[in-house]
Amino acid sequence: MQTAITVFLDGMTYASYLFIVSVGLTIVFGVMKILNVAHGGFYAWGAYSAAYAIGLAAELGFPDWFAFILIGLSSMFVGIVLGVLVERLILRKLYEHEEVIVILATFGLFLVLEDFILLVFGVNPYFAYQPMVFLGSVEMGGIFRDVYSLTLLGLAAFVAFACWYVLNCTKWGKILSTVIYDREISLAIGIDVKAVFVWTFVVGTMLGALGGAYIAPTISVAPGIGIDIIVLSFAVVVIGGMGSIPGALIGALMVGNLRAIAVHKFPEFELFVIFAVMAAVLMVRPEGLFAPAKIRRI
Amino acid sequence: MNKLVFKNSLKMLTVGAFVSLSALASPPLAADSFKVAVVSFLTGPAAGPFGVPGRNGAELVIDAINAGSMPAPYESAGFGGLQLEAIFADESGGNAKQVAEYRNLVEKQEVDAVLGYISSGSCMSVAPVAEELQTLTIMSVCGTPRLFEDSDWNYTFRTQAHAVGDSVAAALYIRDQLDDVKKYNGINQNYAWGQDSWKFFDIAMQQLIPETQAADNPQFPKLFSGQYGTEISTILLDDSDLVHSSFWDGDIEALVLQASVRGFFDKKKFISVAGASAVDNLGKRFPAGTVIGTRGEFGILVREQEGELNEWFINAYRERYGVYPLESSYQYAQSVLALKASMDKSVADNGTTPEKDQIISAMTGLNFTSLAGDVSFALGEGHQAVHPVGYGITAWNDEKDEPTVVDVKVYPAHCILPPPGQLSEDWLAAGMPGSDC
Repeated sequence: MQTAITVFLDGMTYASYLFIVSVGLTIVFGVMKILNVAHGGFYAWGAYSAAYAIGLAAELGFPDWFAFILIGLSSMFVGIVLGVLVERLILRKLYEHEEVIVILATFGLFLVLEDFILLVFGVNPYFAYQPMVFLGSVEMGGIFRDVYSLTLLGLAAFVAFACWYVLNCTKWGKILSTVIYDREISLAIGIDVKAVFVWTFVVGTMLGALGGAYIAPTISVAPGIGIDIIVLSFAVVVIGGMGSIPGALIGALMVGNLRAIAVHKFPEFELFVIFAVMAAVLMVRPEGLFAPAKIRRI
Repeated sequence: MNKLVFKNSLKMLTVGAFVSLSALASPPLAADSFKVAVVSFLTGPAAGPFGVPGRNGAELVIDAINAGSMPAPYESAGFGGLQLEAIFADESGGNAKQVAEYRNLVEKQEVDAVLGYISSGSCMSVAPVAEELQTLTIMSVCGTPRLFEDSDWNYTFRTQAHAVGDSVAAALYIRDQLDDVKKYNGINQNYAWGQDSWKFFDIAMQQLIPETQAADNPQFPKLFSGQYGTEISTILLDDSDLVHSSFWDGDIEALVLQASVRGFFDKKKFISVAGASAVDNLGKRFPAGTVIGTRGEFGILVREQEGELNEWFINAYRERYGVYPLESSYQYAQSVLALKASMDKSVADNGTTPEKDQIISAMTGLNFTSLAGDVSFALGEGHQAVHPVGYGITAWNDEKDEPTVVDVKVYPAHCILPPPGQLSEDWLAAGMPGSDC
């Protein structure tokens, strides 16, 4: 029982982390049909901005809880600045080009963002452990767990709910759904598709940055942290179906929980299990579990 | 007409700029200089804790030797009378890129020797190319014993003792210094270094402390994964009382941060084979009481050690870079010292400006003085160095308000490494004959 509780909590924590970092990727793909490799760069910029701000706040004597506000502000700052700049200066010029060109462009952008991090922050690691230490630990299932990681579950639930609410209960969600289904008809009925794209990309960037900013207190924020996350995010998004938010949620839950079982019972299969799940899903449903229905033009 | 003049001027300007840039990119080698490429991680997650400190260690010692400002026995200026011209290259990008970069350094930039490499993957990939291009190559950090146990190399040397020494010294330290270890587990990165480190540690523990038992679920998370919550839970749930880790770079820092909050270090003794950079980086957040190694007499382990060379290195490094030299700073400096000692020996033996073959001949089987101890090219037909390896326990120095290491024990090379001609695994399996520590 003790092991079962631990495996469940480990799996849910990791799944929450995966969902937060991959939901932005799937939103951007769903609306804009862009496979955004630069998402890893936004994650890294979120982590660096938060770590820098939290470190500075600690030096200036701000209380540890203030770090949570800084995490939110860092994500918004990175999302708005990078999101708008990238959409306006790069992506807007590529919408009419083939998907492969856009992927290459975002890959190039990812490399630029990585190098820009070196230029701004250098190679030495940044630490922002204050909020994790502030929240401390709690005994669950016979072992201590850090409360900060458990708050990931709450954050993931909040992000999932916010996405569902915006898409299903607001005018903005209806506009998004229309653009997702048909860009040309959306234009014809007067939707400002360009504005929709900008806002979508800013939200996607913000979510990527939020993933990095929220994880920053638990890691050593060092060059290269965005590389692995892009691979993991792709795996989750592909399993769930490109462009599907429920798909990203289910994909994250599957990968997170199966990985936790593997680590506890068959540690040598930890890495294998993530991609085994992806391969298995793709064999049965090549478009992923929850890929949005596609209109077939006759 | 004006357009034509402008076009021609532009052409001439472009050609002129190209020629100037080419000249800048490949300056003509002065007859009294020796050009060396120093390769380390300058970008990516390994740059901060390993690559840049390594590069700085090499740069500091090269400049000091060129200027003749190092203490004895390296007080003579230059390398066999030659000034060493260093160029610095990035090790990031994977093995295929390193092979291409190595060819570029040798064939286009025309370096006389290549020095460095942190990853075992880089070393294994580059050694055959060094042989093909017949270029003197001195490996500084990588640990896999396979480099000289699977093949013999004529042009490749390694100044860092291989991973078996780190693992056996770790087991010896546990036997000598820690009481009540009954069961041990491990968390190591899932690639050659992590797998080898755990394998050799496990065999050494069974040979040296046979009453201990290994856990049946050692953890091997992906390199640079950064999230270790599940692995920490798994180890917290088992009844092991000691945890072995060969984590390095940002991974050791993330592991320590995540595990500390969960009381991991209150429940388990922890031995870190190569995580000493985290002791400095995390300061008071790094748990006191951790057994820490630096893969030799390097870094924080010898920070309080007396000796003219060591004290000079620490002071000069702090003065120039503003921080203490780390493990890799020593490892890279050690490679430079091996080159200096060989080139000086070559001049003494031959009486002429050192040629490549003469340097290789002088380096083969060489004994030389490093910053905090002696090194000998005793294995791999005289190409693989051996040296003592030490461990100590982390503590906080209130007086200096900085981390320190206490209860340091250093194990001589013959106790922790196989004798010449014997494979590491065979030597370990045979009960480490000749190891009398």
